Amino acid sequence: MYSRAYRFLVALPPILWVSLFLLLPYLLMFAHSFWTVHDGLIIHHWNLSNYATLFQNPLYVQVLFRTVRMAAAVTILSVLLGYPLAYFLSFRAGPRKELLYQLVIVPLWISYLVRGYAWKTILGSDGVLNGFLQYLHITHGPVSALLYSPFAVVLMLTHIYTPFVFLPIYASLEHIPRPLIEASQDLGASPRQTFFRVILPLSIPGLLAGATFAFVLSLGDFLAPLLVGGPSGTMIANLVQSLFGAAYDWPLGAAISVFILIVTLALLAITQRIEMRWSKRWSLE
Amino acid sequence: MTTAPPTAAPLPSGATLLEVRAVSKQFGARQVLKTLSLEIAAGEFLTLLGESGSGKTTLLRLIAGFEQPTAGEIWMRGTRLDILPPYKRPVNTVFQQYALFPHLNVSENIAYGLRASNTPKNEIAARVNDALDMVRMQEFAAADPARLSGGQQQRVALARALVNRPELLLLDEPLSALDANLRKEMQFELKSLQREVGIAFLFVTHDQEEAMALSDRIALLRDGALEQVASPREIYARPATAYNAQFIGQTNLLRAIIREGVADCGSFQFPYAGKDASALFSLRPEAITLAEDTPQLADPVRFSATIRQQIYSGATELLELETTTGAFLRARIASRKPLSGSHDFVFSVRDAIAVRE
Amino acid sequence: MNSATANSKPRSPVLAAYATIVFAFIYLPIIVLVVYSFNRDGVGGFPPRHFTFDWYRQLFADSAIWDSVLNSLIVAAGAVALSLTLGLLAALALDRADFPGKALFRRLVLLPLILPGIITGLSLLLFAVRLNLELSLITILLGHGTALISVATTEIFAGLQKMDRRQEEASLDLGATPWRTFWLVTLPNLKLSLIAAGLLIFTLSMDEIAVTFFLYGREYTLPLEIWGRLRRGITPEINAISTLILVASIILITVWYHLRTRSLRS
Repeated sequence: MYSRAYRFLVALPPILWVSLFLLLPYLLMFAHSFWTVHDGLIIHHWNLSNYATLFQNPLYVQVLFRTVRMAAAVTILSVLLGYPLAYFLSFRAGPRKELLYQLVIVPLWISYLVRGYAWKTILGSDGVLNGFLQYLHITHGPVSALLYSPFAVVLMLTHIYTPFVFLPIYASLEHIPRPLIEASQDLGASPRQTFFRVILPLSIPGLLAGATFAFVLSLGDFLAPLLVGGPSGTMIANLVQSLFGAAYDWPLGAAISVFILIVTLALLAITQRIEMRWSKRWSLE
Repeated sequence: MTTAPPTAAPLPSGATLLEVRAVSKQFGARQVLKTLSLEIAAGEFLTLLGESGSGKTTLLRLIAGFEQPTAGEIWMRGTRLDILPPYKRPVNTVFQQYALFPHLNVSENIAYGLRASNTPKNEIAARVNDALDMVRMQEFAAADPARLSGGQQQRVALARALVNRPELLLLDEPLSALDANLRKEMQFELKSLQREVGIAFLFVTHDQEEAMALSDRIALLRDGALEQVASPREIYARPATAYNAQFIGQTNLLRAIIREGVADCGSFQFPYAGKDASALFSLRPEAITLAEDTPQLADPVRFSATIRQQIYSGATELLELETTTGAFLRARIASRKPLSGSHDFVFSVRDAIAVRE
Repeated sequence: MNSATANSKPRSPVLAAYATIVFAFIYLPIIVLVVYSFNRDGVGGFPPRHFTFDWYRQLFADSAIWDSVLNSLIVAAGAVALSLTLGLLAALALDRADFPGKALFRRLVLLPLILPGIITGLSLLLFAVRLNLELSLITILLGHGTALISVATTEIFAGLQKMDRRQEEASLDLGATPWRTFWLVTLPNLKLSLIAAGLLIFTLSMDEIAVTFFLYGREYTLPLEIWGRLRRGITPEINAISTLILVASIILITVWYHLRTRSLRS
């Protein structure tokens, strides 16, 4: 039905554009990771020294591990918050389900910056939380440890990514045909057994998708540490940022970026494979 | 399942297994089930028959435990059932779309209920094997349910329910998703399966032919109320109401005025003992024959009619008749060569069944 | 079931309480933000006293902010145009054409959405430097437009799937050329998808900071302007602008959601 000319015309512009403005830039970044800098100039001498630095220099290694720990914490917390919420909406909310769903979605579209700023104002020494605690005489002086710490970063990112994690979990829970729940109960399984034997397994794809998303984006986040992290809350992406800025070592920065990129792609590929193998065993349609 | 005694002595056939006592169900403002009572005997094949909206599925779900009655009680063998959640009732369901667990294979699906009640592993394996044998799906033991055809999935659903040895099996229109040929075949299989295991089946369908073929008894539901509960032959030969007569099989509904022992239908009259009133009679098309073909009919009622249409269907044909007074009747006769024009027809008085509106 | 009597809808008070806590966690910081935008004594301390509109007044007189809003609008409009055009073509290509590297293309186009923004931002920066492109609103616009193509593609592709192909066949059968068919049949059918995608891209572009961070020149978008002030310190004026952004986002997203559900239903 569609002539060759049609298909050609339609495919060419996006392919060209994406190749030029996406593929090429990413490849360029990749290339830079193998170069070095010397006396303020970039030497196009291909080697792996940047990667060696990343994995051997104790500063970088330390920050890397810290970042992974923080990203993991954000992921776990988001799941602990998001999964029960999704379950509640899907199975217990009744007629208010649609409205509650919209209420969860709305914060997703509230600017990252706005939400980060909100936490900054809440957690500071003069912030709202400290004021609240002192007002109730729970504390007598400002607790300064709240802000400018890994804790604050994890808190802020959890706040941002909980709705992100909620979405795919909710979708996969909604996808479970209700007769399956009834069948499980009909066959003698208590609600608890039904959850662990039917609902949870069938919600794994959504859970994996959400968790991966939260982990990957937290791993590469540089704004939250700048807002609420302080020196102790620096993450690996901040190092990249300074390497492209004041520290001026673009190749090293590129190498770290490529590392984040590869970790991201690897995680996505793994979860996609798990998801596919899981759902290849069934089709819920 | 967990609270039912593991091996209760089977009741002698005919003894009451399940009692629905004055149960009604309301959804908001809608009265889906009006107060009704029903008994199911051990080992019988009882069909809940009705149109969509008649309440048959709701009644099934009340017995399964997925809904609560607004009023009334459900009892099984001296235990009150309606206060128990579904996973504690010795009742299992075959769902309309089978509801097989997609993340488990066939054997795991069948074993599900046994696992839930903590049956020992080797017993599970043995019983799953027996169940697979029973529905002839042995070679599919490790199969993925999504890969099975409709008929195969249905058999797995049956096995999954029956392996738990319930006292009562509920079937929610299990054959409606199958195509016509497969349906007929599965009907045979279901019937013989039921005889083989001796469990009571409560079967829901809107297909009256299916109900007639399979059931020991039919409970006909209409708008949430029981119209009639009787064996297929009984319901067919002596429908209680005009609705029943028309829902099951085909019929002619004759309006008559009874005066002084004679029912006057306009086109013909026949003796009928009843008080003077207007009445409705059901007359099955096969009860009407050509006068010339049946000279020795007992209590004959003769009338003359013109053949307006002749619809051939192999062994029999359906004649659409217009009587001298302009009434339309249908007659089903053995096929013969084409007819036309006016003929004499006859039926026996005892085939005219008085029915309520 | 929690009680001996089986209820038709099981109640789980613990779960409901937990869900409420999660909702509170999600909303409280935002509510605090909004409330303190009206607080005369600024951000911090508790409880807020002295309601005032002063911060909003100060905001409306702040020309730098409104310049940046204008910049953001320009960028967003450009991004919408760019993404929608390319996204529409890409969706059509994915739906109707087979070309080598199709799977790669699909994944590549999605990358900017799943990768941390810093990676895409830096890659585009390297590219711009290579080409000796001066950083400006244009580079930001190009960055947004490119990164958000897949938003358009996904939405429009879904719309294409839902469309009845036979309408196009009927059009061709009646003598219309593929070109005419595209404009008279395909495009109108995609109207809802295009609008929904456009709204989404607009909102995402207005809020975008991570990629923008590496592509800006002398002119700032709104998020950049806010970011700059944040580095200098907290003022309730930022609360005020944040509240306004909040309200605008909610309106846009509500419209988007209703469009989406309407297109899903039809």
